[in-house]
Amino acid sequence: MKSLKITNLKKRFKNINAVNGISLEINEGEIIGIIGRSGAGKSTLLRMINRLVQPSEGSIEFDDINITSLKGKALRKWRSECAMIFQQFNLVERIDVLTNVLIGSLGRNYNFLNLIGVFSKKEKINALKNLDRFDLSEKALQKAGTLSGGQQQRVAIARALMQKPKILLADEPISSLDPKNAQRVMDDMLKINREDGITIICNLHSLDVAKKYCDRLIGLSDGRVVFDGAPDDLTTEISKELYDIDNE
Amino acid sequence: MSEIFIENHNQKLKDLIFKRRLWNIFIIISLLIAVLLSSSIIDINSSRLLNGLPRLGDYISQILPSLDSSSLFLDSNKEGSIAYWYFNLPKYLKLLFETFNMALLATIIGSSIALLLSFLSAKNTAPNSFIYFMTRRTLEFFRGVPEIIFAILFVWALGIGPIAGIIAMTLHTTGSLGKLFSEVHENSDIKPREALKASGGNWPSEMKFGLLPQVLPNLISYTLLRFEINIRASTILGFVGAGGIGQELYLVINFNYYEEVSAIILLIILTVISIDLLSEYLRKNVIEVDNVR
Repeated sequence: MKSLKITNLKKRFKNINAVNGISLEINEGEIIGIIGRSGAGKSTLLRMINRLVQPSEGSIEFDDINITSLKGKALRKWRSECAMIFQQFNLVERIDVLTNVLIGSLGRNYNFLNLIGVFSKKEKINALKNLDRFDLSEKALQKAGTLSGGQQQRVAIARALMQKPKILLADEPISSLDPKNAQRVMDDMLKINREDGITIICNLHSLDVAKKYCDRLIGLSDGRVVFDGAPDDLTTEISKELYDIDNE
Repeated sequence: MSEIFIENHNQKLKDLIFKRRLWNIFIIISLLIAVLLSSSIIDINSSRLLNGLPRLGDYISQILPSLDSSSLFLDSNKEGSIAYWYFNLPKYLKLLFETFNMALLATIIGSSIALLLSFLSAKNTAPNSFIYFMTRRTLEFFRGVPEIIFAILFVWALGIGPIAGIIAMTLHTTGSLGKLFSEVHENSDIKPREALKASGGNWPSEMKFGLLPQVLPNLISYTLLRFEINIRASTILGFVGAGGIGQELYLVINFNYYEEVSAIILLIILTVISIDLLSEYLRKNVIEVDNVR
């Protein structure tokens, strides 16, 4: 069983310890919710796993490969296996939805013809199938910027699926969505976890959503793990501590 | 308590406003002094200027064509007709076409080189700070030297003709568009690029998909603007022997072919205006519609 193993991971920005010694083991197929208030280090942790942020100390291993020291082609291969979606969706708004989804294949199967906008028929069919899974195939030729926030985030999930990832990192995926769209996006993430067996690590602001969808919750405070367990084990006291309610 | 607070606050605000006023007055006074100083240096009150100004009017009245309303539309043998004034039109049109092509070629080649260099000279796309620094300084050099200096240099080296003008304008276009393009890159949104990076995309695909779609409308707009500038510049470059209608204009001015001077100037003005209108139309309707969506 492939697992993601994080050991004593640290990240310093100038004189702030954003992540201050995190050790975790995450198993294949889990849905993990990372909770905590803003500035607790949730985003930095996810970005380090994908290596958008370089750790200051500690190690990340996946399937016995040390992720923290990867470079060049090997690093790009890891990033393509470890897809990421963002709070602001990060689509290329000016180009069509289909191309946005096809962009997901660039890390896995790069061809210099891609640079003039040519993609193989196989990848195009693949992209359409992925859009169809989220009922978005009829939007394929619209510009991505014309879609609603919820639709854009689901396009981003389709793009992530194009990477054929083993892990999906979601950085506050529903924070800029209304409740109805937020639920739709969370349902879709649950779907790809159950149907494709993709491990999901998801930063969440809302404790209710985290409790509803996640198999396991990890609470961060000041860059450290203060809770790690099933949603049912999260007591009121711990959640108060997590969100620093006493001090505000 | 709260009244004292408000009182303090008002006092602070008054102090701030007073300081800002003082600063504004200081700037206005220094500007006035600078204007007075510089006007005394260039001797703006000199009698030469006063006596010379009316002569400007003399020249203009001399180059105006002597058109006669009764024979306005007769053929080129009759004095006073438009055809007589523009007897040399086929030659002018050929030279205007040459000028137009000079500007077009210089804009296409210059903007292509500028696009390549702009990735190296934008802070957020440059591979390292050394390349960034060197490219910036190179662009500054090409932008800093006026195109007429380049033109004189290349006419001297390559001989009289449009090639010298094209190279001169290309260098200047590369310099100024390279700077503008890299500033557009620097103002671009990092988010799509981050997504490309996070999915394992390499640098070329990050630029092609994460950056270019965002900046393209601005790049096209700047290039069209540069084309307008180059049309005007290429007429002037003819004065130093770099080809096109400018060379002919210089000739007729020197030989005092008065009516031909006005004929050529009018043609140049009409060309510049129509190119300006066309490129403004393209900028507004093709690019901005896309922006607003």
